Amino acid sequence: MSQRQIIQVFEQYQKSRMQFVQTVADLAVRPQNIEILQSAGVLSMLRPLMLDVVPSIQQTAALAVGRLADHSDDLAEAVVKEDILPQLVHSLASQNRFYKKAAAFVLRAVAKHSPELSQAVVACGGIDALVLCLEEFDPGVKEAAAWALGYIARHNTLLSQSVVDAGAVPLLVLCLLEPEMALKRIAASTLSDISKHTPELAQTVVDNGAIAHLAQMILNPDAKLKRQVFSALSQISKHSVSLAEMVIEAEVLPAAVACLKDPDEYVRKNVTTLMRELVKHTPELSQVIVNCGGTAAVIDYLGDCSGNLRLPGIMMLGYVAAHSESLAMAVILSKGVPQLALCLSEEHEHHIKAATVWSIGQIGHHTPEHAKAVATSNLLIKLLELYMDASSSEDLQAKSKKALKSILQKCTYLPHLEPLLYDVPSNILKHVVCQFSKVLPHDSKARRLFVTSGGLKKVQEIEAEPGSPLQEHINAINSCFPEEIVRYYSPGYSEALLERLENYQPA
Amino acid sequence: MAELIKLLSEVEEFKKEYFYRNSQAEENRQKDNQAANRAYLSNLHKKAIIIQKIWRGFTARARFRQMVKAAYFIMKMNFYEEMAVRIQRRWRGFFVRKNIHNFYARKSYLEGLSRKNKLVRRELDELEELQKRERDCLEMVKKQTAKVYQAHRLHHLISTKQCPGVFNSPFRPAPHEMELLLRQVKYHAPTRLAPRGRACLLSLPGPRASSFPGTLGSPWVKTTGTAFSSRPTLPPIASKKQQGLFREPGEVWEQRVHCPDLTSRLQTSYTHLEEAQNQLRQHMSIRLPAGKLGTGSMLHHLSHSSTYFTQPAFSKSFR
Repeated sequence: MSQRQIIQVFEQYQKSRMQFVQTVADLAVRPQNIEILQSAGVLSMLRPLMLDVVPSIQQTAALAVGRLADHSDDLAEAVVKEDILPQLVHSLASQNRFYKKAAAFVLRAVAKHSPELSQAVVACGGIDALVLCLEEFDPGVKEAAAWALGYIARHNTLLSQSVVDAGAVPLLVLCLLEPEMALKRIAASTLSDISKHTPELAQTVVDNGAIAHLAQMILNPDAKLKRQVFSALSQISKHSVSLAEMVIEAEVLPAAVACLKDPDEYVRKNVTTLMRELVKHTPELSQVIVNCGGTAAVIDYLGDCSGNLRLPGIMMLGYVAAHSESLAMAVILSKGVPQLALCLSEEHEHHIKAATVWSIGQIGHHTPEHAKAVATSNLLIKLLELYMDASSSEDLQAKSKKALKSILQKCTYLPHLEPLLYDVPSNILKHVVCQFSKVLPHDSKARRLFVTSGGLKKVQEIEAEPGSPLQEHINAINSCFPEEIVRYYSPGYSEALLERLENYQPA
Repeated sequence: MAELIKLLSEVEEFKKEYFYRNSQAEENRQKDNQAANRAYLSNLHKKAIIIQKIWRGFTARARFRQMVKAAYFIMKMNFYEEMAVRIQRRWRGFFVRKNIHNFYARKSYLEGLSRKNKLVRRELDELEELQKRERDCLEMVKKQTAKVYQAHRLHHLISTKQCPGVFNSPFRPAPHEMELLLRQVKYHAPTRLAPRGRACLLSLPGPRASSFPGTLGSPWVKTTGTAFSSRPTLPPIASKKQQGLFREPGEVWEQRVHCPDLTSRLQTSYTHLEEAQNQLRQHMSIRLPAGKLGTGSMLHHLSHSSTYFTQPAFSKSFR
C-alpha cells in the first residue's frame, strides 16, 4: 500500500461525509421531507458530524439541523433533548464566522417554537454567546445573532429580561447604524420584540438611545425596514405617557404621517398602530397628532385599505375622540364619521365592527352637536340593527347598545330620532321617548311636525307599565298637546266615536 | 258649803280635765312635732323652688340669647355666602367664556384644523402621485432597457431588402415596433455584447432615478444614445490588459500613439520621402478618396478618432 492509496481512503470518507451532510441539508429545505428524515434518525446521525474535524462539514451539519428544527417543533425538542445545544453554544465562541452563522441559525430555529424551548436555549448559555456574536465584525453573523435574540425575546417578559440583562440592547442599537439593510431590519425587529413586554424593558431600550436612530430611519426608502421601525416605535410608546412623549419629541411625526401613503400596506398599518399607541395616553398627545393633520391622514388611510388593516385606524379615531369634546369635534371635522360608517358597512368581521361601533360611541357621546353629526350619517339605525341582530357577537351587541344609549342621551335632532320609535325594544325606546319629552315642551315647530309625521300616534300605541319611567316620559309628551289631539290619536278612538253615534238619539 | 263642795267638785273635775288634756297632749306630742317639722320643710321647699326658678330662668335666658346670636350669625353667613356664590358665578362664567370655552377661539381653531386637514390631504395626495410617477418611471426605464437588450439579441431577425423579417410581415399595414427598434440598434457580436448589455441594465436606472422624465420617448433615446456613443470612444484593444488605474485608458493610448509626433526634433517621419512617393503613385493610379487608406501616418491619427466606426467612406471602400 502506497501512501497515496492510504490518503485516498481518507479523502473518500471525507467526501462522502460531505455529500451526506449536504444532501440532508438540501432535503431539509422542504417541509414534506421532514417526517421521513426524522423517522430515519437524522438527528443522531448529524450530531457527531457537528463535531467533525472538517469545518465545512460541521457548518453544513449545523445548517441541516437548523433547517430541521425550523420546520417542526418536535424536531426542535429533539435537538434540545439530544444535548446538541451546549456544544453549539460552546463552539459559537470559538469557530469561524460561517459556523457562527449556522449555529445562530440553529438557536433561532429552536427558540422560535415555544417559550420552553427558548428557555432551554437560555439555560445552556445561548444568550451570552449570541451577544458575543453581536460584537463580531461580519454583518451576516450579527444578523443571525440578532435574529435569534429577537426570537428568544419574543416569547415572554422573563426571556426578554434575560436578553436585556446579557447586555444585548446597546449592541443592537449599534447594529441599527450599520450600512447593511438586512441587519438594520433585524435589529429594529429585535428591539421591538424586547420592548413590547413591559415599561421597564422599553425604558431600557430608550435609555440606550434607540429612539433617535429609529426616528432617523423613517426616511429610509426600504419598505421592510420601515415596517420594523414603526413597529418598534409603537411597541415602545404603548407603555406609558413619558415614553410616548419621548417618541413624539424625536420628531417622528410629519415623516410618519407622510408614510401613510407608502406603497407598502404593512408600513401604513404600523404607522397607524404607532399613532394609536401615541394617542391613547393623554389629550395633549392626541392634540399634537390632530394638529399635524394625523387624523385626516388616518381617515384617508381607512378609505384605502380593508379588513384587519383598518383596525388600528378605527381604534385611533376612537381614542382621540374619547379624550375631549373638542378632539371629537376635530375627528368629525376631518370627515371621520362617514368613513367609519363606510367601515361599518364594508367590514364583516365582528371584532372590527365592534371597534367601529365603540369609536362611533366615543365620538357621539359628548354634546348634542356631536350626536347630531353621528345621527346625520344614519348611524343610529345601523347601530340598532347591529344590536338587534341575533348573529352579532355578544361583545358587539354590548358595545352597540352602549354606544346607542350614550348617543341617544345627547341627541336632540328629532327627525333622526323618529325612525327609532318603531320596532325598538323598550330599553332603547325609553331613551328615545325621554329625548322627545325633553325637547317637545320647548319647540312648537317640532310639536307640529311630531303630530303630522305620526309620531304622536306611535307614542299612544306604546304599552308602558304605569309608574315606569317610560310611562312618565309618555305622560310628559302627552301634556304638551291638547287633550283632544291626544285622544284622537289614541288607539280605539274610532270605535268610541262609533259607539257614541249609535247611542245618540236625535231630538 | 254647798258652794265649796261645788268648787271642790269643780276642782276635782278640773284636775281630771287637766290630766286628760295633759295626757292627750302627751299622746299627740310626736305627731304635732312632726307636723311642725313638715310645715317648715315645705316652707323651705317653696323657697328653694323660687331660687331654682330664678336661676333656671336666668341660665335659660342666657342660653337663648346665645342661640339667637348663633342663629343670627348663621343667617348672616348664609347670606354672605350666597352673595359670594353670586359673585363667583358671574366671574367664573365670564372667565371661562373669555378664556377657556371661548366661542371665537374654538371656531377659529376648528377652521384652522379643517384648513390644515385639507392641506395635509393635498400634500399626501401629491406625495403619493409623486411616488407613483417615480415608480412608474423606474418601471418604464427598466422595460425599455430590457427591450433594447432584447433588440440587440434579436438583431439577426431584421428584415433585409430581399426578404422581410419576422417582425415585418407583409400582411401587416405597418412593421412591428420591434422591427423599428431593430433598425435603430446596431448589431454586435453577442460574445462582446452580453456583458455590456448587462452593465447597461444595471447602470442605467441609477442616474435616471433622480430625474425622472415624464415622456415615454426620452429614456429610450438616451439609452440608445449611450449605447452608440460609448462604443466608438473605446480603443480597439480591449483584449489587451489595461494600463493603469490612475489614468483613463484612452488617454494612455493617445499618449502611446502620439509619442513620436510630439518630439520637436523630428518634425517629419523617417520614411516621409518614401511615403510621399507612394502617395503620389497611388493618386496617379486610382483616383479615389480611399487612397488615404494606405498611408501609414494617417492611420495612426484615424485609429483613435471618433468617426472610426461610422465613416461611410470606410465601408464604401470594401465594395
